[in-house]
Amino acid sequence: MAKVNINVHHVTRVEGHANIAVNAKDGKIEQIVWEIVESPRFFEAMFRGLNWEDVILLAPRICGICSIAHSTASIQATEAAFGVQPSEQTMLLRKLLYHAETLQSHVLHFYFLAAPDFLGVGSVFPLVNNHKELVLRALRLKKLANDLADLIGGRKTHPVTCVVGGFAKLPEVSQLKTMAQRLSQGMDDLKETVKLFKGLSIPNFSRETEYIALKGPGEYAFISGDISSTDRGTAPIRDYLEITNEFCVPQSTAKFSKHNRDSYMVGALARFNNNHSQLLPEAQKAAEELRLKAMCHNPYMITVAQIVESIHAVEDSLRLVDQIIAQGLKDEKPEVNVRAGRGIGAVEAPRGILFHDYTYDDKGILTEANCIIPTNQNHNNIQKDMEALVPSILDKTQDEITHKLEMLVRAYDPCISCSTHLLEVKFL
Amino acid sequence: MKPRLAFFDFTGCEGCQLEALNFETELGELLKHVDIVNFREVMQEKGENYEIAFIDGAISTESDVQRIKKIRKQAKVLVAMGACACLGGVNCLKNFRSMEENLRIVYGDAAKYYDTIPARPVCAVVSVDYELPGCPINRHEFLRLAKALLVGKKFELPNYPVCVECKMAGNVCVFEQGGFCLGPVTRAGCGAICINGGRHCWGCRGLVDDPNINSAREILEKHGLTVDDILRQFRLFNGCYPEVSEWRR
Repeated sequence: MAKVNINVHHVTRVEGHANIAVNAKDGKIEQIVWEIVESPRFFEAMFRGLNWEDVILLAPRICGICSIAHSTASIQATEAAFGVQPSEQTMLLRKLLYHAETLQSHVLHFYFLAAPDFLGVGSVFPLVNNHKELVLRALRLKKLANDLADLIGGRKTHPVTCVVGGFAKLPEVSQLKTMAQRLSQGMDDLKETVKLFKGLSIPNFSRETEYIALKGPGEYAFISGDISSTDRGTAPIRDYLEITNEFCVPQSTAKFSKHNRDSYMVGALARFNNNHSQLLPEAQKAAEELRLKAMCHNPYMITVAQIVESIHAVEDSLRLVDQIIAQGLKDEKPEVNVRAGRGIGAVEAPRGILFHDYTYDDKGILTEANCIIPTNQNHNNIQKDMEALVPSILDKTQDEITHKLEMLVRAYDPCISCSTHLLEVKFL
Repeated sequence: MKPRLAFFDFTGCEGCQLEALNFETELGELLKHVDIVNFREVMQEKGENYEIAFIDGAISTESDVQRIKKIRKQAKVLVAMGACACLGGVNCLKNFRSMEENLRIVYGDAAKYYDTIPARPVCAVVSVDYELPGCPINRHEFLRLAKALLVGKKFELPNYPVCVECKMAGNVCVFEQGGFCLGPVTRAGCGAICINGGRHCWGCRGLVDDPNINSAREILEKHGLTVDDILRQFRLFNGCYPEVSEWRR
């Protein structure tokens, strides 16, 4: 059998830098490596000694694509430490802003990063010529998400208005009314997206694993709830370290995350597998149409789960906007009484569960921080998927194997630049 | 022949690359006039034949240093994009601790496997032709530079403080509200977006060329604030500032 020697240096259409290497001879695999080569950022060290207000300013800078997730986790960790209880209005606005980021990030992934694979092109740019409507639709959806984030957060990348205890500036009711109309139009674009993806063939591959996501009563959880595992049930946020469980492997420099099994998955598919019954009706319908059914063990379906979640995000945004308009917006001055303590913020970033864990002294100066990023939790699962996938496709050409592996990595939508601390995965 | 553009990311959050793409209406128009040949975050092709290189992120490893030198050799025009590439940005906060201590805090026993050097802006290593400051960049400024490069027009950043734009936006001065703000010394061009959003200016766009230090000091004194108050805030994005003016020469 032919010799396989794959070396993908800096995988494209993912956030951050990573390599794939596979060597096989005579049908025998010698090594499969998923390697992370991003420059370390040192946020947890940089946070130390900063005043709490500067911490929440810096936190979104961990990641340009999920800055609202980091901002929210950081603010909620600080609120937990100081015993600040955000108002109902604040939580409604926070959820609305949060949906903007989920939508923006998912649209970017399924149209700009993943779709080119299915349409046989290297990027979204050539699609401008022969799939113009598709590109325009993708751009409209992205603009909708951006404008919603601008309206509530002041800016999509590194939001401005989000503070401990609430918002530094509120939107106008008239602006919310206009946004409601645009959200309805966005729903039509998303339904067209469902039609598009229904016609694409998703690679058939399955590997059972553990799925971990936030879970709460009453709604599909994004910014509150307990930690839920499809293997072990729920656990409170304060037990997060027992779940993420980062540890070193003796023969390598690798840090791994594992809980009940060899590895676990976080992100859209993990949320779907845990919380599918809480999706709103249009999202449920889209899942059915796209043949996404819990428990789904195919990692290539993460992209499909993102489409379903985008519909849920817009559906729920419409509901939230209506509720906020009906209640009216009150100017609330967030009251913050600094005290010494520890707080943990847990949210579902677009790519999965994210934890910020801060300890402050009595002057509100941060003394210790730990941030656990979704992509770090997925690395081990990506590695295990590769180990399961490669033997089953060794009879394909080297190019086909490479493409399948790149697609697998892209399906996870990894956000490597956001890794506050990295897992360097090396197999010896 | 259309000019060939390339985007390269170093130590940063990649938010500036996203902002550069955040033109839902103008993006199609721009693509008619340029070829993007290298943009790892969104495209598979990796062209090495480019004229204009957009750099985001700071330089913070030895391999970053080698990589940026190689890019400088190829690019006719090199643009530093965002606070990290222009000033070192938030990354420079780690420079106030020894690299050993940073590594120990974040990686513990595994520290020895990681490569890190004090963070610095692109101009500390190679010459930079244009800067687009801000955390993140202002996408309209990006478009203005792209247009200027395409038609061979001069591009200049505003050289007046954020206060000018803040006044035009009709905001009540942050100092008058009992707060603190770096607007009086920070380069405008952001439209005072943070103050519009109910916050204050953290100086992410760096200092104006000749900041009016005396008048800034007067404002501070009038409101009972000290230079230490300024420095604490100034460090967040400008930890490397004393050196930046040297490197730029």
